[in-house]
Amino acid sequence: MEDTGTRVKLEEVSSSGGQITVMRFTGDITSTSEVAILGTYQGISPDTTKRILLDFSKVEYINSSGIALIIQLMYAAGKNSQAIQTFGLSPHFQKVFTMVGITKYTSLHADEASACAAFGD
Amino acid sequence: MSSNIELRLPSRLGYEKVAMSTAASVAKIMGFASERVEDLKTAVAEACINAMEHGNKLDESLTVGVILSMDSDGLEVKVLDAGSGPGTSVHAPNIDRKIHGEEPSRGMGMFLIQSLVDKAEWVSSPPSGSYVRLVILVDKVKD
Repeated sequence: MEDTGTRVKLEEVSSSGGQITVMRFTGDITSTSEVAILGTYQGISPDTTKRILLDFSKVEYINSSGIALIIQLMYAAGKNSQAIQTFGLSPHFQKVFTMVGITKYTSLHADEASACAAFGD
Repeated sequence: MSSNIELRLPSRLGYEKVAMSTAASVAKIMGFASERVEDLKTAVAEACINAMEHGNKLDESLTVGVILSMDSDGLEVKVLDAGSGPGTSVHAPNIDRKIHGEEPSRGMGMFLIQSLVDKAEWVSSPPSGSYVRLVILVDKVKD
């Protein structure tokens, strides 16, 4: 089968409120994504990174196990007092994220600019 | 008139996408709106993953059966495995408990299935196995 394994690219972007660390996901997000997602997150310093942006714009398939990994990431980020914003989900996966209640802990934005602005100053 | 398509998948994670793609193709041919096709894709994928993981315990000697049946009422998808059924009722995830690590972050598949299709039922039929039956109704077809 085609290799659709998860890849995560970290980028730093500047905003009026300071630096934002962007986790750009590519590929499927499933039970096999744990090392890519949580391993990458664990490489981000909780002391210096307080704003994390999740970019799903290059993700086509997310299953419930993948959503569970995103919840684990949010659990860890909450313990580290880090804020999370999200953008790039398809309308379908925006609906799914809303159904399971993730939107109580992160806002889903249409694009990167609005997601960055949502962190505030 | 009704017609069927049958698939047999290995109990190997990732192969649920074969069923997902097939169901999507059939739903598109039947004229379902793209939003409904996306709903069906997720529901079928979750049903196959449950069958592989919980029904067949990821035993690759066991297959997951997928039967798609089309008729004038809509599209029915049955996903069959060798297990005894989920043994639990469908419940909405408690996101607060999950986010705070008070319950496992997984365990949302049945909820998603039930939420995304018009009908969902889990049937245990030992000793032959069990199946989940999903239906999307034709009255949801886009004009």
